[in-house]
Amino acid sequence: MTQPLLKVEDLKLYFPIKGGFFGRTINHVKAVDGISFEVYEGETLSIVGESGCGKSSTGRAILRLDEPTVGKIYFDGMDLLRLSKKQLRKKRKDIQIIFQDPYASLNPRQTVSQIIGEALEIQNIVPKEQRKARVEELLEKVGIASYQQDRYPHEFSGGQRQRIGIARALSVEPKLIICDEAVSALDVSIKAQILNLLKKLQQELRLTYLFISHDLGVVRHISDRIIVMYLGKIVESGDKKSIFENPQHPYTKALLSAIPVPDPEKEKERIVLKGDVPSPIDPPAGCRFHTRCPFATELCRKQEPELRSESHMKEGHMAACHYIHELASTPSKV
Amino acid sequence: MFQFIVRRLLQMIVVLFGVTILVFSLMHITPGDPARIIAGEGAPEHTIENIREKLGLNEPYHVQYFTFLSNILKGDLGNSIRNNIPVIEEIQTRFWTTVELATYSVMLAVFLGLLAGVIAAVRQYSWIDSGLMVLILFGLSMPNFWLGLMLIKYFAIEIPIFDPSGWGTWQQNVLPVVTLGTGGAAIIARMTRSSMLDVINQDYIRTARAKGVKERIVIYKHALKNALIPVVTVAGLEFGGFLGGAVLTETVFAVNGMGRLVINAIGSRDFPVVQGAVLVLATLFVIVNTLVDISYRYLNKRIDLE
Repeated sequence: MTQPLLKVEDLKLYFPIKGGFFGRTINHVKAVDGISFEVYEGETLSIVGESGCGKSSTGRAILRLDEPTVGKIYFDGMDLLRLSKKQLRKKRKDIQIIFQDPYASLNPRQTVSQIIGEALEIQNIVPKEQRKARVEELLEKVGIASYQQDRYPHEFSGGQRQRIGIARALSVEPKLIICDEAVSALDVSIKAQILNLLKKLQQELRLTYLFISHDLGVVRHISDRIIVMYLGKIVESGDKKSIFENPQHPYTKALLSAIPVPDPEKEKERIVLKGDVPSPIDPPAGCRFHTRCPFATELCRKQEPELRSESHMKEGHMAACHYIHELASTPSKV
Repeated sequence: MFQFIVRRLLQMIVVLFGVTILVFSLMHITPGDPARIIAGEGAPEHTIENIREKLGLNEPYHVQYFTFLSNILKGDLGNSIRNNIPVIEEIQTRFWTTVELATYSVMLAVFLGLLAGVIAAVRQYSWIDSGLMVLILFGLSMPNFWLGLMLIKYFAIEIPIFDPSGWGTWQQNVLPVVTLGTGGAAIIARMTRSSMLDVINQDYIRTARAKGVKERIVIYKHALKNALIPVVTVAGLEFGGFLGGAVLTETVFAVNGMGRLVINAIGSRDFPVVQGAVLVLATLFVIVNTLVDISYRYLNKRIDLE
C-alpha cells in the first residue's frame, strides 16, 4: 500500500479527575489507552464501539481539540503533537471535523455565511473579494440554496444544519475529515441523504474520512476498513468484508449479532452481553473484555492480548484475543 | 421592534400605576401623624388641625389618592413637608448623584465580574479558579457598610489616597463605588463563570477551534457573546438594586443621594418626598429592565421580540 495519510502510534488520552480544594489530580479516566492505526488517502476508516469506548476521544485527540497524553500522530509524515499552537492552527486546515449534534455545533450568533466565511478568512483560502462567491458555491455543493446564507442556524432543520456543518468543514479544503457520529442525530431518511452526500463529496474531492459511529448499518454502508474499540483499546481491525463476514473477537461477534435483519423468516442468534462496560477509570486487568466475555479464562484475566493475525484471517485483519484460533471453529455462535 | 417598545411602554404605565397605589397606601398605613410631627412636640391641638386641613389630610383616602395621582400627571409631586420646597427640586439634585453612583458601580461590577468569571471558567479547577471563587465568596458575604468602613479606615485614614466622604471629585467617588460594586461583581463573576462553562463545552466552540480560530478570539468572540445573556440580566437587576439599595453606602460615605433622601423622609413622615422618590426610582428600574429585554434581541437572534 501507499504511504498512510494519517498514522497514529500508541495514542493515549487520559482525562484527569480533579478533586479537593486545590484541585489536585486524584485519578484519570483512561478514555483512549494506547491505540495505533493508519488511514490511507481516499479511504473511509470507521471506528465503532459502544458509547464511552473512546472513539470520539480518538477523533478529538487527533485534532488536538483534547490534548493527547502520549503518542504520535503523523499527518502527511508530520508529527502533529510537535507543532506549536500557531503551526497547529495552520495545519487545522487539512483536518476537519463534523460533529454529531447539528444543533450544538453551529454558533447560534453567527449567520451561515459568517460561519463558513470565518474559516475561509482564517485559513486564507480565497482572496477576500471571492469569499462570498465561495460561500455560495460551498452551500450549493451541499444542497443549501445560496439565498439562505444570511440566516441563522436556528432557522434551519437538523438535516440542513448538518449540511451547513459539512460545508463549513469542506470550506478549508481539508484532506481528512473526521465524522464524529455525523449522522447519528438525524432521522433515517435524512441520514441516508447525508451519507450519500458524504460519499459523493469523497469521490469529487478525493477526501479521506475517519468515520466514528456506533451504528453498524451506517458503517457497513460507508466504510472501506473498520476498527472496533472497547474501553479505550482496539479489539479488532480489518477491511469491511472481513469484519462483517468473518469476525474474530467475541466482542465484535456480539456487536454484529445486534444488527437487526429486515427479514422476519430469518432466525437470528443474538449474543447478549451481560453487565455493563466497566469504568474506564480503573479498567480490568488482562483482557479488558474478560468481565463480559463468555469464553474468558484465567489467562484472559492476567495477560493482555496483543492485536495479531492468524493464518485463517485475511491480510490486514487483526484481533486482540488469546483464543482467536480456538474460537474460529465456533463461527459467530456463542 | 417598534411594536415591542410601545407594548413595553404601555406595560410600564400599568406597573407605575400599581406603584402609586402601593406607595400611597403604605405611607398611610404606617403609624405616625405627619401633621403632629410637623407641628412639633407639644403643639396645641388647633395648630395640628390647621396643618391637617392645609395638607388635605382630612379628606377621605380615595380623594387624597386621586389628588395625588392627578398632580403626578400634571408633573407636580407636591411640596416637601419638612422644607416646604417642591419635591421635584429635592429629588433633582440627588437623583443624578445616585444614578452616577449606581452607573459607576455597575460598570465596575460588570468589568470585574466578567474578567474574573471568564478567567475562572477558562482555568476551571486550577488554583486560579479556586482562588477567585474564594474571593468571590468574600465579595458576596461582606456586608457593604462594613466594607465601606474598612475602606475608609485603610484607604482614607491610614493611607490617605481617597476622601472618606462626599461625592463629586474622583477622590470622593472611588470608595463608594468600590463599596457598592463589590457585591455585584461577585454575583456577576459567578454567573459568568457558570454560563461560560456551559458554552465552552459546546460543540460550536470545538468547531471554532477546529477552524483554526485563535484561542483568545474563541473565548471572547465565540464563547463570551453566547454566555452573556444571563450576565446582562443580572447586571440589569443589579443596577436596579443599586438605585434603591445604595442607602447604606450613601450613609456610610455621607453621599447626598436618593437613598438618604428617602430614609430621612420616612423618618419625618415627609410622605410627598417618599412618594415622589419611590416613583422616580421605580420608573428608572422599569426603564432599565426594558433596555435589558431589548438587548437580548442583540445577544441572541433566536429571541423574537415581536
